[in-house]
Formats: sequence, C-alpha cells, structure tokens
Amino acid sequence: MSAALALLKRDVTLSWREGGAVGTALGFYLVVVAITPLGLGPDLNLLARIAPGILWIALLLAALLSADRIFHNDYEDGALDGLITGPLPLPLVAAIKCLAHWLTTGVPLALLAPVLGLLLNLPIGTSPSLVLAMLAGTPAVSFIAGIGASLTLGLRRSGLLLALVVLPLYVPVLIFGVSAVTPFVSGPNSAWPPFLILCALSLAAIVLAPLAAAAALRTALR
Amino acid sequence: MPEPIGLAAFDLSCQRGSSVIFRDLSFRLAPGEALLVSGPNGAGKTSLLRQIAGLLPLAAGRLHLEGAPPDAVLPEFCHYVGHANAVKSSLSVSENLTFWANFLEANGASLTRALAAFGLTPLADLPAGLLSAGQKRKLALSRLFAAPRPIWLLDEPQTSLDIASVKLLDTAIKEHLETGGIAIVASHTSLKTKFAHKLELDRERVT
Amino acid sequence: MVSLANPTRFLGLVDRVVPLLTALTLILLGVGLYLAFFVAPPDYQQGETVRIMFVHVPAAWLAMFGYMLIATAALGTLIWRHPLADVAAKTAAPIGATFCFIALVTGSLWGKPMWGTYWVWDARLTSVLVLFLLYLGLIALWQAIEEPGRAGRAAAILALVGAINIPIIKFSVNWWNTLHQPASIIRLGGPTIDPSMLWPLLVMAIAFTLLFVLLHLLAMRAEILRRRVRALQLTQVERAALVEA
Repeated sequence: MSAALALLKRDVTLSWREGGAVGTALGFYLVVVAITPLGLGPDLNLLARIAPGILWIALLLAALLSADRIFHNDYEDGALDGLITGPLPLPLVAAIKCLAHWLTTGVPLALLAPVLGLLLNLPIGTSPSLVLAMLAGTPAVSFIAGIGASLTLGLRRSGLLLALVVLPLYVPVLIFGVSAVTPFVSGPNSAWPPFLILCALSLAAIVLAPLAAAAALRTALR
Repeated sequence: MPEPIGLAAFDLSCQRGSSVIFRDLSFRLAPGEALLVSGPNGAGKTSLLRQIAGLLPLAAGRLHLEGAPPDAVLPEFCHYVGHANAVKSSLSVSENLTFWANFLEANGASLTRALAAFGLTPLADLPAGLLSAGQKRKLALSRLFAAPRPIWLLDEPQTSLDIASVKLLDTAIKEHLETGGIAIVASHTSLKTKFAHKLELDRERVT
Repeated sequence: MVSLANPTRFLGLVDRVVPLLTALTLILLGVGLYLAFFVAPPDYQQGETVRIMFVHVPAAWLAMFGYMLIATAALGTLIWRHPLADVAAKTAAPIGATFCFIALVTGSLWGKPMWGTYWVWDARLTSVLVLFLLYLGLIALWQAIEEPGRAGRAAAILALVGAINIPIIKFSVNWWNTLHQPASIIRLGGPTIDPSMLWPLLVMAIAFTLLFVLLHLLAMRAEILRRRVRALQLTQVERAALVEA
C-alpha cells in the first residue's frame, strides 16, 4: 500500500472510530437548521426563499467546528512529527488530511442537505442541484478549513479563532454556492455559471491550500 | 540499508526566539557508533534531535550524511522517537504499526518482528487506548522496527519503562549498532549502550 | 429492583423474558395494525390518510416515554448509584430517538396531503423536533466520552437538565406558534377522537410500548456484554504487563 493511501485510510478510519465525530457534525447541522425557523418564524414562503442561504451557512459552521480535527490530534500525540519527516512532501500530507475531512464531513453534510431542505420547505425539485452544488463547493470548504486548522494549531481559543480567520475566505464559496441552487436565481439557466465557478474555487483550493497549510504546520512545530 | 551511513555535524547552532540554545556543536558518527546527549532540562537535547530529524531549522552550521547518494534527504534516513508516543487510541496495536510500515514505505518489513521487539505480540489486536503508559511507550519504540532506517534519534526513550523493558531497549539499540546503524540518545539516566561519543550540552564538550 | 442490580441476574431475567415478550409484541402489533388499517373508519375530513395517526401518535408518546425513562435512569445513576442505571440510559437513547424520528416522518407524511408541503412548523411537530435534538445531544455525549463511568454521569446530568427544560421548551414553542398564526388551522389528530378510533390507538400504543421494552432489554443485554469484553481486554493488558515485569 502506498504511503498516501495508507495515510488516507488511517484518517478516514480514525474519523469513523473516534467517538461519533461524523455523527456530531451532522447532528450540529440539523440543530442549526432546525432552530432557524424558531428565530425567524414559520412563514413557509420566507423559509423557502432563504433556505439555500441557511443550508450553506449552517454547513460552513458545521464544517468549521470539525475542522480542528484535521491536524490537532496528530499534533497532540506527536504523530505529526512522523508525518512531516516521512517520504511524502508536507503539502501532500496536508492535502490528504483535508481530503479525509471532505470525505468524512463534507460529503455527508452535502448529502444531508436536501433532507434538511424539507424542513425549510425547499421544493424537492431543487434537491439534485443542491447536492451537486454542495458536492462541488465542499472540497473548497474542507481545504480552506485545513489552512485555518494549521494556522491555529495548539493555540488558545483556537476554535473561535479558526472560524474568525476562515469565514471571510469562505465568502466566494458561499456566494456562488447559493447561486448554484436553482431556481432561486433569476432564470433556470443561470445556475450553470455559478456552479462552474464553484468547481473552479474548489480546484484552486485543492491545489493552493495545502501549500499554505504546509508552511503553517512547519511554523507551528518550531 | 544498501550502504552504511555516517553522520557528521558541523557548528550546529540552535535558536529559540531570540535566545541561543547552543552554538558551534560538532560531532561525527561512523556507522555502528552511538552518541549520548546529556544535560539538564532546557539545555537543548530535544532541540538538537529535532534539528537532525528535520523538524527544527538550523540557525547555523550543517549536517552531512556520509555514504549516502548526493540527493539524499536526511529526515528520510532517521527515526525520531520523541517524548510523545504518537499512539492512536482507536486503532489496535498492530494497526498502529502497520500504518507506520505502510506510510514509511517499508516494503517487506516484518510486522511480527516489530511486535516481538518489545514483547507486544499478545496485545496485537487490542485497542491501543487500553494500554498502560509503559506499554504505549513500547509501542512508540516498536515503530523503530516497522521500517528499517539507519539513524535512530531517541529522546528519553526509557521514560515509563520498567527494568525488563529497558533491557529490551538496550538489546534493540545494540543490534541496531551491530548492523551498522547509528543512534543518538538524549537521556539523563545511564543506559547499558556503549556510547562511542558523549555530548554534555551544558558545556558543549565532545568526548 | 435491588436484586436486578446484579448484571448477571439481570441477564438471566432478560433471557427468560425475551421470548415471551417477543411473541406478545408481535401479536399486539399485528392486532393493532389490523385494527388501524382495516377496522377503523376513514375520517370525514382527511380520508384514508388519517390511518397514519395510529403510528404517528403512539410513536410520539413513546418518544416522550423514552426520555422520561432516561431521566429516571439518570436519577438512578446520580443519586442511588444503581449499577445498571447508566446502561439503561445509554441504550434507551437511540431507541427513543428512533421512535421520535418515526413520529417526525409519519407526521410529515400525514401533513403532505393536507398542507401541500412536507413540513409545517406547528407547535406539536416543532416540539417533537426539539425533543429529537435533545436525544441527539445525549447520544453525541455518550459517543464522545471514552470512559464509561464519566460518560454515564455526564449524560445523566444532561438528561436531567433536558427533562427540566422540556416543559419550558413546550411552553415557548406554543407561544411562538400563536405569535406567527400559521395559515392552516387543521390540528393534527382532530379536535376529538371517536371511540372507534380510540381502541386501535390504545392497542398500538401498548404494542409500541412492549416493542420499546423488548428492544431496550435486548440493547441492555448487548451493552452489558460489550462492557464485559472491555473488562476482559483490560485484564489481558494487565496480565501482559505483569508478565513483562
């Protein structure tokens, strides 16, 4: 088994075995979406209009709160030392860990979104575009979260700090992610350009974020 | 290991923030030799090992691998076992070792050998989280056998180990040196290993 | 109660009770479903879809029952230190959450023909949803804490805090609901329940209760055995440590 595959397999296994990490992110997603109407009122038309925005914001928060998992455990128990001095270049190590986060957090959140959309009176017909948009945008979410996680490694109040640092970086993903969910943009065809831009954002994040994360990791370990 | 590897250090210097921890440190280890690094806490033993492992940058000086191809990267020839054990509680003992064997691309390394080195074979399938502190330390040290590497950097390896386990550690280091490996051990208690060189970090003297 | 405190004796009791309980549950479920789907008359307003009520209402009752059970078990853990209390609490949570989920889904399906949407934020459904979130919190807490003793005490505290909060939450959700005056005034379950509907409802409620108890006993047995495995593993670890020294 190659080194990269071994690391990916280990990280995914740890996510599954480690005391409900995946389930907690999904549960958090549900809680945030569920309490929004309690704050805004049960007007179904209003909820349907703002549903894509709520679903995206709640997803970003759920992904952020699980982001420090990406590097924190390995930093705490010393495994990060071994990962850095291994045969893989450090950006590749960071990329694999972000990929593991996407597979175990981003994808499940994206798949849960249409179900939560039902709570917000989102028409069922928008489910495919919702899932596609989220599957296209969540790689960017996970990889950018990796930057935040590596920058705030071992710091006090790292959870809040991570959120503060990363949320502004999420603005493009949020804007185009919401626009990619039809039909809440003017006209049915105009969902395609935002979707493509979302894909481009994810691809850019996959390539560039690991470089920043690797630099941040080296600094953190000094 | 195709060829025996030697390690030479020239005028190493380490800085933490604005303070200099040590400077002008030099030593040379031929294959089969061991270096004992001693000194009080904070003298820089861990920093020296981490510099060699590639985790800390060199403020000055250089490290040279002797007998290795010119494009060799020093960290890939080292095993660094620090204070932390890097043991994953949710994985079993053998899963922990298998991961390192695969990650360090050790083709043909024997898992059985790694498990037996410190007597962990009966615990192979148990979750590593259930182990005692000493057993977790032994699991950390077993990593040395998960993939063969010529340079062992051991930071206080005997922490939490009982007398029988320290004997196993001594045997392991002895065998490693006999096959041409190098060991640099930071410790302030004595080990049975015959150290060819000793480095006292307070006074920066090499004997 | 005291004699049940011994896990081994409890396991013996479970083994004896389970076959009888399974048979009873299946019979009652069969009778209840038959009554619900073939005997009870269709509602003049809602037609055949009212039959979902025979699953939805008992499921909601059982969801509440489950939480009360967990809260009582929580008292058992914190005050009386009954050894099986935290096993009872831990295993009841997923079962209660499932009944809660069934209540939510059937409530949603029931409402679709009436409201045209899958979900409406009326007081009843919203309260059940919040109950579901409370369950999720309990389950998440159980999963997150490794050491069973600490997990049991922490979950017990959370369960009691949740139980105290439930009336407050219910009150505030009702108030929120009147604030926003939803368009539909059709209350789930209708204003009164006709006797011809009452019997199937009661039979289903009893059947669901027996089902809950059956699943709970099976889950408790599984959890006790799981803890025994862990204890055996720990013994193995200690024995290995002694051999080395």
